[in-house]
Formats: sequence, structure tokens, C-alpha cells
Amino acid sequence: MTTELLIWLIPLPPVLAFFLIVLFTNRNKALSHSLAVGAAFLSFLGAMIVFARALGADHLGEVPFESSFNWLPTGETWLKIGVLIDPLGAAVLFFVAITIFMIFLYSVGYHNFGQPEGDHDHPGLPPHGATVHGHTVPSVEPMYSRFFAFLGLFAFGMYVLVVSDNLLTLFVGWEIMGLCSYLLIGFWYGKPSARDAAVKAFMTTRIGDVFMLIGIAFLYSVTGTLTFREIFTETTLHTLASVPTGILGLSAAGLIAVLLFIGTIGKSAQWPLHVWLPDAMEGPTPVSAMIHAATMVSAGVYAVLRMFPLLTAGYEGHGLTPEMTFVAFIGTFTAIFAATIAVAQNDIKRVLAYSTISQLGFMIAALGIGAYVAAAFHLITHAFFKALLFLGSGSVIHGMEHGVLHTGNHSVDPQNMFNMGGLRKKMPVTFWTFLIGGFALSGFPLVTAGFWSKDEILADAWGHGHLAVFITLALAAFLTAFYTMRQITLTFLGEPRTEEAKHAQETPWTMTLPLVVLAFFAVTYGWVGIPEHFPLIGGLVPNWFHDFVGHTLAEVPEAPEFSWIPLLTSLVVALGGLTAGYYAYRSVNSPAEDKLQIPVLKNKWYFDELYQFLFVKPAVWFSDVFVSKWMDKGFIDGILHAFGPATHGIGSFIRRWIDLLIINQTVGDGSYKVTWWFGKNLRPIQTGRIQQYLILSLIVLFVVGGLLYFFLLA
Amino acid sequence: MEFLNTHLLSLILFVPTIAALIMLFLPGGETKLLRWFAFVASLIPFVLTLAAWNNFDPNVPGFQFEEKYVWYEAINSSFHLGVDGISLSMVLLTTLLTPLAILASFSITDRVKPYMMLFLFLETGMLGVFMALDLLIFFVFWEVGLVPMYFLINQWGSANKDYASLKFMIYTMGGSLGLLLAVQMLGVLFGTYDLLALYERWNSLTADTVLLGMSVSTVKTIAFWAFTIAFAVKVPLWPFHTWLPDAHTEAPTAGSMILAGVLLKLGAYGFIRLVLPLYPVEAKIFAGALAFLAVAAIVFGAFGSFGQTDFKRLVAYSSVNHMGFVVLGIAAAGLAAGTTDAHIAMNGAVLQMFNHGLSAAGMFFLVGVIYERTHTRNLEDFGGLFPLVPVYGGILIFTSMASLGLPGLNGFVSEFMVVRGAYPVLTTYTAISMLGLLFTGAYILKGIMKVLHGPMNEHWAHGEHKLTEIDTREIFVMVPLMALILVIGIWPAWILEVINKTVVSLF
Repeated sequence: MTTELLIWLIPLPPVLAFFLIVLFTNRNKALSHSLAVGAAFLSFLGAMIVFARALGADHLGEVPFESSFNWLPTGETWLKIGVLIDPLGAAVLFFVAITIFMIFLYSVGYHNFGQPEGDHDHPGLPPHGATVHGHTVPSVEPMYSRFFAFLGLFAFGMYVLVVSDNLLTLFVGWEIMGLCSYLLIGFWYGKPSARDAAVKAFMTTRIGDVFMLIGIAFLYSVTGTLTFREIFTETTLHTLASVPTGILGLSAAGLIAVLLFIGTIGKSAQWPLHVWLPDAMEGPTPVSAMIHAATMVSAGVYAVLRMFPLLTAGYEGHGLTPEMTFVAFIGTFTAIFAATIAVAQNDIKRVLAYSTISQLGFMIAALGIGAYVAAAFHLITHAFFKALLFLGSGSVIHGMEHGVLHTGNHSVDPQNMFNMGGLRKKMPVTFWTFLIGGFALSGFPLVTAGFWSKDEILADAWGHGHLAVFITLALAAFLTAFYTMRQITLTFLGEPRTEEAKHAQETPWTMTLPLVVLAFFAVTYGWVGIPEHFPLIGGLVPNWFHDFVGHTLAEVPEAPEFSWIPLLTSLVVALGGLTAGYYAYRSVNSPAEDKLQIPVLKNKWYFDELYQFLFVKPAVWFSDVFVSKWMDKGFIDGILHAFGPATHGIGSFIRRWIDLLIINQTVGDGSYKVTWWFGKNLRPIQTGRIQQYLILSLIVLFVVGGLLYFFLLA
Repeated sequence: MEFLNTHLLSLILFVPTIAALIMLFLPGGETKLLRWFAFVASLIPFVLTLAAWNNFDPNVPGFQFEEKYVWYEAINSSFHLGVDGISLSMVLLTTLLTPLAILASFSITDRVKPYMMLFLFLETGMLGVFMALDLLIFFVFWEVGLVPMYFLINQWGSANKDYASLKFMIYTMGGSLGLLLAVQMLGVLFGTYDLLALYERWNSLTADTVLLGMSVSTVKTIAFWAFTIAFAVKVPLWPFHTWLPDAHTEAPTAGSMILAGVLLKLGAYGFIRLVLPLYPVEAKIFAGALAFLAVAAIVFGAFGSFGQTDFKRLVAYSSVNHMGFVVLGIAAAGLAAGTTDAHIAMNGAVLQMFNHGLSAAGMFFLVGVIYERTHTRNLEDFGGLFPLVPVYGGILIFTSMASLGLPGLNGFVSEFMVVRGAYPVLTTYTAISMLGLLFTGAYILKGIMKVLHGPMNEHWAHGEHKLTEIDTREIFVMVPLMALILVIGIWPAWILEVINKTVVSLF
């Protein structure tokens, strides 16, 4: 099979599984999950083969695997769509395939496959447990098959996005994921919180999407194509960069890049469109992992990576262009902003959610300052360790739920970290893998992947003299290590703080195996990108990542020169944050003892309230009152309804003054009256007596004769 | 066979009428027979249309399957029929939706015979507009279609049917007054109503000709607006749209399907077949005004929809929103005539007409399904129905997503093409229309949320109120719609190639 054909086939198995499950197998749980997991495995296999061939290909950057065909007739021309695997695509495909497959596998255990049906479960709510021989045990998810169908569609969307050679199908995949995230966040739609979170996620990302759509239309209008490799030719880029648009001093390239980037702000939950992501925690945990690590939010960063030549068109290597400054600002601000919120969250998944926003900020900031390879590197390492952390937190919650079912006290929130503690003994596999993930997130030096990728971003920021970005990201990195250690300390260390935590249990192999696999990559993936001039170990392993991914661009970017300052900063913030986190929380037992439960952080800087006040309420008022009541019912229909009375008025007027008065009374009745009057008054002369008639005749004769004589003869 | 080939269009056009007349002689009490007769009869034009589609050669410019008969000799009006890629796709939409609407009406038990007959008459009326190549014939069919629809709403509608049917009838007729006058004027000026002749002669008038004591440009401007207002009422454009929510909401389910699915397209088709070819100069001059009204329809339609508490009104307003994109595309095509932008915009507009026909008909049907069972359309009475009717829920979400314009489904392709075509020439308006697109999401999600999501609805879960799942017949109504929605979303070229060739030769 040719590689191109194989690339075409990669996205198909999951979507086939989706249709098969929805149409045929949805009543059979085992068959449904076999289809879905099998499909994910097939895609995984295909992706690995493609990746291997990509590794073996010479000059993949210049001659990538690509194939396309005519899709949409547009006047005399066609819009083409197709697939493309270049070095960036291959690298992304690699982590996407692995994480997706792991998440599918994990879902089997997470949704309690093999457990009995719940006593009072019904679709739309999480399972509440079943009674077996007097014990309460976890029950299987009532919409088990549906979950796998949605996951399949989600995976399809991501694969489409990754293998696309053009912006249109990238957008298609992008939006399909948007739909799936809506469906999956609202998976337990019976919970009002989940229902609202789903709508919030869809609407917030849609704000970005409509900007992106305009950007795509703009790009397509000026270049006549949406295929990446046709847009990213030197002449096209040069033209785009030199055409001014008159909007904020941006060039055409700049404006398009900004419009497309706003799509990313929505999708990758960057400030100010970050609000949907923490609420998206309402979805089942594998969904959180899917959305926050493997696919959806990565898609936003991936799109910017894809559009990098456009973003940097006109950039000479010093003095950022306005659009790059914008991107860098959004990323940097988001990184520190989200990190401050994460410090004060108590829900184990919410901490990770804010941490994701913050880490995505790192990548976006890196892209803004032109650190292409560093951003791609962090995207991939982050996907591994964040998927690991999410799945790990799901495992913890699952274990805690077991404890809750055991004690029967449902008022205990299995997601609140203050209800945990000491879980390292109960759930060793989860603990150790979570520890690896957490350390990778914190950037624990040398052994973890997170260290290498985060260090590279910092080195780039320092090396190119973006001091503000460097300092802010370093601070954010410190906070990251701090809240991560806080999380690990509260969850796993110390002694159990509740009865439920005492009865927590390690989860089945379908859940722990993915943790182990992901933990492996959370460590080793960093080693493929060790900078050449790193002290002691630099150059021992070639910096494969930089060489490979760097060749995606026409001009291979230079690795930043080695400097001690960013390295030392990395070490200090990572180790300092971890230490501080441990000492601050090793003996904290309740939120009251936690000094960082500051209201403004706890309430996420009040952005939800602000948006509610600024946008949601006015929009609802505008729709309900202004458009529906005032404009349509009041004004427009008012005018229409005035036509009735107006016509009626004109009719009455005509009847009263013309018909009745002039025609009837004056003309109609008048003519009768006139005739009658004449008749009445002429009656005396119609007596019937010959003598009178004779006299009258004579009189008339004389009068007429006299007159004739008088007028004619005289 | 030969007869079939030479009279294909008249057959498609009149088979429904003949069937309706035959129904006159069927026993009125045999509802089953009447239903099936009407359904099967309405399948014949569909099959014939498929044959026409198959034999249609997109590469030949101009009209195909032309037929011309003497009709009204005294004023030189002939019965002239013909289709090009644009009208053929509309004919396909009509002949596809009518059988589905009839199938959807199988639950009607009140006076089945006149009901079905009216539907068949309605089909002839609509098809006539799409096939007519003579202005007078166009106008006749334009008005003929109103009558059955008036009675369908007036006799089989819900609570507020008198108000709605009257508003629908008066408004549309009022809008057509100017059209009638303008049509008469053209007939008087040129001594013919034949469209092909008019295209040529009307546009070859030199600027210094004096018509009816006025300059050509004045006459044309007046006639342009006379046409435009008639079609703007039908589409409907803001601010002529308020008849639509009333008529759609009060009409019986199948009536709403046809209203939204086909009748609105008559207006847009009028723009494409008459306004742009007859008034290319005015279409350019007034493109901004037209785009303004279109964008107002898009934005206010979306907000209006979001502000509704009645499920059917919500869907009705969505038509205002979606049809706005059709007119935005038409305005852009008028402005940029002859460029690729115009071609893309017009392709998008025509495809959007087809697509909206599918998704709107589907949405109205789904509203009808639940209304039939619950006898309420109030969104506050629903919520939490998903566990009770999972299949219905899945179909509703799918169709809603098509309406929302989700990539991968049909609506996205056409909306994208309109946006792409309009962006370079009507940049500001296109940018503002994005606000409408954003709120399309809001009202669609509101619909889904208020109907399906939320804690399980106990009221409809048990006893006499127990909500029953969508049945097989109802699923059969939805399957063709859903299949086409998906197919066009993935592979739009099969229909766009037919449309595109015509668009390129015309605009």
C-alpha cells in the first residue's frame, strides 16, 4: 500500500466505528467497545507505519507525502482537498495516535465494563452503583456504547485535522471535534451543570471559529487556494506580507494570521476565551484527557504551527511583527493568568484544567516569539504528560468513588483533593505514574520530558531577547511546579483524610496500562530533543526533534545558543516550586488551613461573572426583548396591523363621505328627489281637461311667438 | 417513450394535478387508500425528475427539455417551459420534498381527501414557477401556489390559523402587486412575455430610449424594486419577514415542511431567474442595499430565533437567518458579476437553497413529531426528553447540526461558499453576518438543550403522557433528508457541478 493511500485511510476506522455503533451495535456493549477500540488500534497502526516511513524518507520537508483531488467546483476552477504528512504532521500523528488509542482503552475500565447494571441508573446521569450480595459495587455506564461512538467521531475529527493538506478540511476536523466535545462534555446531560458546560464550550469556541472562518475566506480570496504548500511559497507570502489592509496597520498576512489565531484562542482556551475549559471538566474523565491533552486544545496550537509561515511572513528575525507580538502577549499572559487560578482550585481535575490553559499559553507564547520547534516540542511532551495526568486523576476519582460506594456517604465529593490523602499506598500504580506526569509538568530536571521542552521555550525567549516573556513564563513555571506538588501532596501523600480515601482501590488494568505507557513517553520523549550544547549530556543523543521537525519550514530555524541563565532559571523554578509546594501543603488538612484560597483566585478573577454581565445577559435581552418583542411584534407587526385599520378607515371615509353622501344622498337620492319634486310641482298642469290644455297651448304659442318675434325680427 | 422524452417537464408539472383530479373520484372515507394514492402519485414526478437529472447535460449552456405551446395568443404569451442547472436542482428539491411531506401527513385524519389534493395542487404550483420561461406563466404559477397553502393553513392549522393564513395571503399578494405591474409593463413594451426574448431585448435598450415618458434607467429602477419587493417578501428578507413565523408555526407539519423547504425558495429563485438577468446594472447599484437587508435577516433572524419560547417559532425564525445567506450570495453575485467571486457566491446561494430545503423540512418535521405526541410546542414544557426518546434525540441533534452549518454536513459547504464569494466584494456585511452565524449556534443549542437535555422529564415519562419513540414511518421521512444532508456535506460536487456550469454561463 502506498503511504499516501495509507494516510487517506487513517481517519476512517473511527468514523466507521461511529456509524456502526450508532446504527447497529448500540445495544451490545462488548461489540461496541470492540469496534471502537479496534478502530482506534487500526488507526494507531496506520499512523505508526506512516510515521516509520516518514522517519525513513529523505528530505521529507521538501517532498512530503501528499495527495489531493478536486472537491468543490468554484466557477472555472476547483477547490482541492487532500492529505499531507510532512515532518510536523508525522510528529503530531505519532503522539495523537498513541494517546487516542490509550484513551480508548482506558475508557473501557473507566465506564465499568463488566460490572452489573445500576439499581437506579438511567441514561444521562453518571452510574450510581449496583447492589450485589448486599454490597454496593460500581455499575456500568448506561450509555456505554454511545460513549464509544462519540469517542470514535472525536478521533476521526482529530485525524482529519492532522492529515489535512489544506485549511478547509483542517477546519472540518476542527469543528467535528467541537461538536464531539459538546456531546461529550454534555454526556451526562441530565446534570444541569454538564448541560450548561457543553453549551458554554460550544459557544465560546464558536466565537473563535467565526473569526477563523472569515480568515479562511479572506485567505482563499486573496490567494485562490487553501492548500498549505501552495500558500507558503515565497512569492505568495511576500505578496501577502506587503499588502496593507488598513486595519490596525496589519498586512494581509498579518490580518489573516490574527483572524485564524482567534480561532486558536477559542479552541486552545487562551485568555480571554478560556472560560469554557474548566467547566468542560463536567465530562467523563477520558473526555477531559481527549479534549485537554491529546486532541482538541492541541489542535489550536497545531493550527498555529501550520500557519507559522503566514504568522511570521515579513519577520526578519528581530523586532516582532504586530501579529507576532499579539500572539506572544496572549500566550504569555494566559500562561501566568491560568497558573494563578490553578493554585487555588481544590477539584483535582480543575487544577489540571487550569494547568492545561497555562501550558498552552507557553506554546502560544513560544510561537509568538518565533520559537517554532520549541512550541512543537512542548505540544507533544505536554500531550503525553497531561493525558497521563488526566487519566491518572480519573483513576484517582474512580478509586475514590469506590470508597464512596463502600461507605455509602454520597455527600463526599470524590474529586475534592481535601477528601483524599495517602492514596499512594492504596493506588501505587496510579501514584507512581501520576508522580512522573506531575514532575514532567513541573519540569523536573533532566529525566522528564517537560523539562526539556519547557527549557527550550525559556532558552528561546532569552536567546532572542524577549525579556518580558522570559520572566513571565519563568514565574508561571514556578507556579506550575508549586501547584503540581500541592496536588500530589494533597492527593497521595500524608495520611487519608476521609473514610472514603481509606477504602479507595487501585483501578483495573485497562486503566493502569495506559497510565504506564503514557508515563514511559512522559519521560523518554524529552530525550529526543536534548540541545546539542547542553552541558555534559548534550550531543550524546542527537537532537533528533529539532532536525526533524525544523525541516518542515522552508528555512530551518536555528536552535538557540546555549546559555546558563535560562537553564539555571529552569532548575530553580522547577525545584523551588516543587519544594515549596511540598512544604506548604504536607500538613494542610482542610481548605481553611490553605492560605492560598484567595477569593479572587478561587473565583477565577471573576471572568464568568464579567462575561455573564457583559455578553450573555445583553444578548438574551436583545433577543427576547428588543428583537422579538419590540422590533418584530411591536414595530414591524405594528405597522402591518396598522394597515388593517388604515384600510378600514379609508373604506369608511369613502363610504361615509363619497358613497353615502355624494353618491347615495346627493346623486342617488338627489336625482329621485329632484324628479319627484318636478313631478309633484308639474302635476297641477296635468289635469286632463281639454280646455286648460288649449289655454296652455295658446299661452305657450303666444309666448314662443312673441319671443321669436322679439329676438329674430326685431 | 418518445412522448416521455419530449414532454418530460409538462409530465412532471401536471402529474400531481391529474392525480389530484383523480382523487376527486375516490371514496372520501377510505383514508388509507387516499394517503397511499397521493404518496405514490407524488413519487412519479420524483422519478421523472431523476430521469431528467440523469439526461441533463450540464455542459450545454441555456435551457434544456424546452417545451413551448400556444397559450394566450392575443398578448403573445406562450406556455414555455425549460430548465437549467439552477432550476433543475430546485425541481429536484420540490419533487423530493412533496412525497416526504405527504408521507409526513399520514397522521392527518381530518378531511384527508381535500388535504391531499391541496398538496398535489401545491406541487404543481411550485414546479411551475421553477420551470416557467414565460413571465406571465411565471406569475400565474407564482400566485397559484398561494391558494392551496392558504387553505392548508386556514383549515388544518393550529390555534391562531386564521390570523396566520390571512397574513400570509395578504402579505404575499400585496408584495406581488408591483411584480404584476412590472410584468405587464414588460409585456406591453416588448409585445412578448417570453423570458429568453426579454433578456435580450430589455438589456439591449440604449440609455437614451424614452419609455413611458421616463428614461430607461428610471423605469428599470422602478421595475427592479417592484420585482425585488415581491421576492423579498417571499424569501423573506428583513423587514418583510414577520409573516413567516406566524405562517410556519400555525401551518400543519407538512405544510411547514413545504413552506420552509420550497416556498421560500421561490423568492430566491425569482432573484436569480429574473432580477439579476433583467437588471444587471441595478443589481450592481443596489447590491449594497440588498446585502444590508440580507445581513439584517441573518442577524435579526438569529437573535429572533434565540428569543423564542415556542419550538416551532424558533425553527421558523431560523429560516429567516438561513435564507439571508442566500440573498447575501445573490447580492454579491450581482455586484461582482463575471468574476470568480460571483460564481462562488452564486453557487453557494443556490446550494444553500437546496440545503436549507433539506434541513428546514427535517427540522419542521421533527417539531411536528413531538407536537403530535405532546400537543405543546412550548420549550418550557420539554427538557430531559433524551432518555425517553433516544432515537428521536439522535435524529434531532443530527438535523440541528445540519442547520447549524456543522462542517461535514451540507449547510457548511454552502455557507462557506457564500461567505467566500461575498467577502471580497461585501467585506463589512460579510463580517457582520458572522454575528448571525455565531447566534445560529446559540439558538440551535438552545433548542437541543430545552428539548432533550436536563434531568429526565417525569411528566412525559409515565402514564397517559408517556412519550412514545419516533415510529418507522417517521424515520422513513427523515432518512432521505439525513442521507442527502450527509452526502452533500461530504461530496457536494455531484450537485454543484450541475449548478456551477449554469452559474458560470449566466453570471
